[in-house]
Amino acid sequence: MDNRQKEIDNLKDYKYGFTTDIENTRAPKGLNENVIRFISNIKKEPQWMLDFRLRAYERFKQLKEPDWQKPKYPKIDYQDLYYYSAPKSMKDKPKNLDELDPKLLETYKKLGIPLQEQKRLNGIAVDAVFDSVSVATTFREELTKQGIIFCPISEAIQNHPELVKKYLGSVIPVTDHFFATLNSAVFTDGSFAYIPEGVRCPMELSTYFRINASKTGQFERTLIVADKGSYVSYLEGCTAPMRDENQLHAANVELVALDDAEIKYSTVQNWYPGDKDGKGGIYNFVTKRGLCKGKNSKISWTQVETGSAITWKYPSCILKGDNSVGEFYSIAITNNHQKADTGTKMIHLGKNTKSKIISKGISAGSSDMTYRGLVDISTKATNSNNYTQCDSLLMSNKCGAHTVPYIKNKNSESNIAHEATTSKISEEQLYYCQQRGLNAEEAVSLIVNGFCKEVLQQLPMEFAVEAQKLVGISLEGSVG
Amino acid sequence: MKEQLQKDFKNIIESLTLSQKDIEIKKFYLDNFISRGFPNRKEEDWKFSDLKQIINKNIGEMSFYTDYTTTNKVDTSVYVDGLEHNKIVFINGRIEKIDFDYEKKDQIEIIDQSETINKFNNTNSLSDLNSAFTNKSFKIAVKKDYQLVKPLIIYHTTNSKIWSKNINLRLNFELSENSCLRLIDLYSDNSEKNFLNIFYNFDLKKDSILKNYKVDKFKNKNIKYSFNNIEQDKNSISETFILSSGSNFFKNEINCNLNGKYSSAFVNGIFSLNNSNHHEIRTIINHLTENTKSYQLIKSVLENNSKAVYQGKIFVNSNAQKTDGYQLSKAILLNKDAEFNAKPELEIYADDVKCSHGSASGNLNENSIFYLMSRGLSYQQSRELLINGFLLDVVEKITDPEVKNLIKNMIGIKE
Repeated sequence: MDNRQKEIDNLKDYKYGFTTDIENTRAPKGLNENVIRFISNIKKEPQWMLDFRLRAYERFKQLKEPDWQKPKYPKIDYQDLYYYSAPKSMKDKPKNLDELDPKLLETYKKLGIPLQEQKRLNGIAVDAVFDSVSVATTFREELTKQGIIFCPISEAIQNHPELVKKYLGSVIPVTDHFFATLNSAVFTDGSFAYIPEGVRCPMELSTYFRINASKTGQFERTLIVADKGSYVSYLEGCTAPMRDENQLHAANVELVALDDAEIKYSTVQNWYPGDKDGKGGIYNFVTKRGLCKGKNSKISWTQVETGSAITWKYPSCILKGDNSVGEFYSIAITNNHQKADTGTKMIHLGKNTKSKIISKGISAGSSDMTYRGLVDISTKATNSNNYTQCDSLLMSNKCGAHTVPYIKNKNSESNIAHEATTSKISEEQLYYCQQRGLNAEEAVSLIVNGFCKEVLQQLPMEFAVEAQKLVGISLEGSVG
Repeated sequence: MKEQLQKDFKNIIESLTLSQKDIEIKKFYLDNFISRGFPNRKEEDWKFSDLKQIINKNIGEMSFYTDYTTTNKVDTSVYVDGLEHNKIVFINGRIEKIDFDYEKKDQIEIIDQSETINKFNNTNSLSDLNSAFTNKSFKIAVKKDYQLVKPLIIYHTTNSKIWSKNINLRLNFELSENSCLRLIDLYSDNSEKNFLNIFYNFDLKKDSILKNYKVDKFKNKNIKYSFNNIEQDKNSISETFILSSGSNFFKNEINCNLNGKYSSAFVNGIFSLNNSNHHEIRTIINHLTENTKSYQLIKSVLENNSKAVYQGKIFVNSNAQKTDGYQLSKAILLNKDAEFNAKPELEIYADDVKCSHGSASGNLNENSIFYLMSRGLSYQQSRELLINGFLLDVVEKITDPEVKNLIKNMIGIKE
């Protein structure tokens, strides 16, 4: 009885913490050339893709794991992980949703992502990734009509090799840092989207990532290319079961925006954060980078980070095209023993480029939060502008909030402005709210939502509601 | 470099009368330095200023030993006019004169500490270098309740007798309860291609006040590093002002530990750089207990291809509730080749705090220039007026009226 009660209590904390009991095909444990060949083989990849992976692996062997980050973690044994795990039923790819393993359908239903299209809220196409494979992609026909390609990346490698070849690794090269290179070597699945010239994508594209198998790392790769004058809004969500072990998630996301194109990328990250004592949880070490390649292009990152034991990522924009715009909106919430080291990089290379960074960090419990960011205006980026605001809110006397911005201005005709504040919720504000009849918890939630409003506004509607709730849940019990 | 270091170290040891134990300590620091070398950009604190490269480029081969047996003639023309003051004169790193003429003799104690090597609260290899090679080190103690009548000016002069040399200085200050010291560091150099490595330690007891003004105004081709460690007890106040302008390279580091309640630290700085000067200010303010306060304001005006770096860190310990920390850096880039880098950092472990920082960099405001020109000023005049106003803001923060006037005159700010 006690155990059962405990389970229920646990579920209340993290409602996506269940596991799906499903048979898996796995790659042999460990990391070596054979495992990479195994992955490449099972995905029926062409030779150039295998070469890409092997090149990355060669590089990976020479790299040292970085250790400059604020949240320290016990050393990861890269030989003690499975790099590929897929439900057995996915071996021969089902042609449509009716053939899909009912267990998988059930899982996604539980997560609130019904894959049957008719039940779906109109207007969002979902690519569902389960461990190492994409299990379903919805609304494909409708998108194809417009010439939009939206499919798992493993399919894109086979069906659209010219596009993948051209853009894969063009923003995050195989010679990048440790985790990005690891991903290049062993990535399993992810989404690929291509928006043709002049097309405004009629619906939100979205990927839902789910880690299920234990002792497995998830390494997905997303590539989005917006051709001239196109627009796309892309959403990403993620959850994982509750386990005592720490699982590694090292994804790469590459965005390419050509002339006049706009990409809006939103993330609601809710990986399992570990329990109250900091046991278990996901290590979320993700590399996200967008390249504003063409003139007048725009890339906007919005993220709500509430999950993961450790979040370590810096969604970045390389503003190469003249007049291009980069934006970064972020809310990061850490509670209990969670740790986050997150922020952005804005690299101004083109003329008249603009960037804006709004980062809100909230730390509660014994958690630790760091904003780390870089704004670099190069000599050629004449008349560029950056505005940065990063605010932190402290909700307990055991947590930490840090701000580490790097600001480099090499161009006299460009302006950089940076502001940061750290404080707790003021007694006066609380008093004011309580005086008007709210209880303490409501008052805090109201103030926190106001604090986050600037970022929440940037999210697509359905996501915003979800995110607002998530903000509330993540901070539950931290008032007092 | 290793052979040179070992050879020069031998000479240093021979010229000093040290106990076997002290020689061993010095040897330990030498070995540390040999294994670490000059700091380079791989170290986070030196990310923006690679000292190793700067020394290679500006100095090349350097010797670490200077013969201190002969005295240098004190050139009185460098003395500051119009301000009565006490003096300590360093010439080429040798103390030539210590003179507290205006003060009560029994209230100030000067202790020769050359034979005791005290450890410095600094982790970079320059402190190892300093510990291994300093030949004389003094402690200046101000007695309880004594407030110095006149400011103390430390003249750091070098002349053309030295070339490609490393000079290491070290001074210790102790301010007893309720005492007060105004200290001006004045750099004037007639030499080239030398590396000055200066370490100060200040121990501020209860209710004491330290005002330190560092003035590097005169143009010279030396490389300088200065480190101030300030320990502050209850109710103490430290004020540091840095005018960073003349040298080829200058890095000022301030490490301030607010150990006592109600202690406060102020750091104000001006970068006024020209040509290919490269200067840096790095501050670390550690709020270690309740009710402490810090305030930092750094302004830069950068011409030609000069480069300024500001790294400021506010650290708040978990029991340092009610901390008030503020930090602002602003830069005007006057030329397209100028560069300003900043890393304003907050590291906070307490919740009831008020900490903020701001940083802005950009061009002179064209609208303001237009406004002034429409009122009959020339472009040049408007520009000067705006820059003066911009810098005056920092100079006005100086709390000592005499020194404020002195510095205003030096940088030619008229009111």
